[in-house]
Amino acid sequence: MSLQEIVVQQIVNGLLLGSFYGLVALGYSMVYGIVKLLNFAHADVYMVGGFCSLTLLTFFGKTFLGNGWAGIVVSMLITMIVVGLLGVIIERVAYKPLRNAPRLSLLITALGVSMILYNSVMVITGGEYRAYKTGLGFQGISIGSIFITHTQAILIVAAIALMLVLHLFITRTMYGKAMRAISMDLDCCRLMGVNCNKIIALTFFVGTALAASAGTMAGVYYGSLHFFMGFVIGIKAFTSAVIGGIGIIPGAMLGGLLLGLLESFGTQIPFIGSEWKDVFSFSILIIILIFKPTGLLGKKESERM
Amino acid sequence: MKENQVDIQTAAAQTATKQKNPLVQLIDRLYELFDNKKIRFIVLAAAVAVLLYLPMRTSMYFMEVMTNVWFYVVMCLGLNIIVGFAGLLSLGYAAFFAVGAYTTGILILHYGVNFWLTLPVSVLMAVIAGLAIGTPTLKLRSDYLAIVTLGFGEMTRLAARNLEITGRATGLVGISRPSIFGMTLYKINHFYYAFLLLAILAIFVSYRLQDSRIGRAWKCIREDEDAAEAMGINVVAIRLFAFVIGSVFGALAGSFMAVKMTAISPDSFLFTQSVMILLAVVLGGMGKIPGVILGAFAMVIFPEIFRGIGQYRMLIFGLLLLVLMIYRPQGLWPERSGGYSAKGKI
Repeated sequence: MSLQEIVVQQIVNGLLLGSFYGLVALGYSMVYGIVKLLNFAHADVYMVGGFCSLTLLTFFGKTFLGNGWAGIVVSMLITMIVVGLLGVIIERVAYKPLRNAPRLSLLITALGVSMILYNSVMVITGGEYRAYKTGLGFQGISIGSIFITHTQAILIVAAIALMLVLHLFITRTMYGKAMRAISMDLDCCRLMGVNCNKIIALTFFVGTALAASAGTMAGVYYGSLHFFMGFVIGIKAFTSAVIGGIGIIPGAMLGGLLLGLLESFGTQIPFIGSEWKDVFSFSILIIILIFKPTGLLGKKESERM
Repeated sequence: MKENQVDIQTAAAQTATKQKNPLVQLIDRLYELFDNKKIRFIVLAAAVAVLLYLPMRTSMYFMEVMTNVWFYVVMCLGLNIIVGFAGLLSLGYAAFFAVGAYTTGILILHYGVNFWLTLPVSVLMAVIAGLAIGTPTLKLRSDYLAIVTLGFGEMTRLAARNLEITGRATGLVGISRPSIFGMTLYKINHFYYAFLLLAILAIFVSYRLQDSRIGRAWKCIREDEDAAEAMGINVVAIRLFAFVIGSVFGALAGSFMAVKMTAISPDSFLFTQSVMILLAVVLGGMGKIPGVILGAFAMVIFPEIFRGIGQYRMLIFGLLLLVLMIYRPQGLWPERSGGYSAKGKI
């Protein structure tokens, strides 16, 4: 392969990886923006989404929908709703009672929720890898020696479409406006008659649903699921959110795509093999925190917590 | 009207009985007794005597469990300095344990250094690791620290997995046993005493730190960072100090563990390890030394008693964390009344 082709191939890989990161990062960023909580359980929700859609897809595979795109789309939509509701329940049960508690308690609670989620899935699946069987083929478009499967192309488009829908939701609807307002000042919103509890629940619903969609897409793309798959992507999605500026919606998308690209090119550098891939991304997180903690799109923050 | 009054009276009577709950009374009485210096000395001396005498009487299995308890006590007290005293959430504590274990392991195995000489190096490495993680993050929001330590824990494990010097996935095998005054430590009883000594040292240092100027500064920052800064406390430096001291505890425990096990592998430093230590600290009560020791005991003994739960263990721990934080954030052994904090009595 020529250098040019390697570059294009890595861009495709990077964009795909980055769109998963971006989708998960959005949930982190939204929740952080509104309740100032680093939701550790978010990464596990991504994993639960993957397993939920796999269960649905196995079910739909036997019906007229089949396990091709029709089945995948339907099961992904149902997964987004089901797991989104799970997110709302988590917020109600675990985070709402602690809204005025010290931050440390809230972080530990989030960790507890995360442990409950991944250990439940571990017990259910017996800790084994599950194959994500789809009826998708390996046809694709080849340009020169670059080969892009239809699946890859559709997943990238779908992920970017979801991000755009979210962006429109946040900027154009009343609900989005309420979310942005709450992220600025919760108490003030309450005085203005915004139903804050409802909006916070909605934020959790949307964020979790996006993570669940990413989980489904990752299942389709990688072809297997594991109960611990949320752990590493959680850190990376957080890195993405920090790169873009945490609490800023477009920042999370940008950060995700950027990290995906950095990672796929980083592994091409000699001495940084794929086994160092994760170390590479964590180093990026630390470097960003040292030099630009507010992120690329972030404003200077005077508030200290 | 009259009914109301009766209601109020019964309510008052109920609160009165609540206050005079015999169990609470008994505990209060015990606390008072414990306040007496002579009695405290006698109780502690008796406890130490029993602990020293234990190895002569009990089985190997029991000694193994007890050694593990002391090991966890050291680790938990170290994490308690970071989480409990300074109020910083660290999710990668196993990394410091790994730093200590690998430093000792590599020095003994590849360079043939005496075990006791590896300890200062291990401490030095822990200080460097603590500074490397703390410096960029402690200036920022505390949540960043949580995720960066999580990342750091994972990075350390991955580095240990991939580097030649740490023996990649197999780890280090055949680390030689240490010797003291010409006697080689190899029996479980030897390590029981070694870890007991380490634990007593850790408890002593923890108490001294707690009551020191730095200890008070930690508590002050934890309660109100802005107020602490206004009082002239260098918040970043004091936090960094907590982080470094905590990591040194972990590294020392790791060094001793390396020679006890004679083999270390990257899989000993998983994320779940860090979470277990954190849970022990939270369970016992963050910032309370006796509570943390109790937490470490519970953390080691509980899985030993309930062997059957196996894979449900972490699930139960997760639920426990959640329930504790919602219903009893102060932990099992709360600070006694009379302790003071910015929010009044706890």
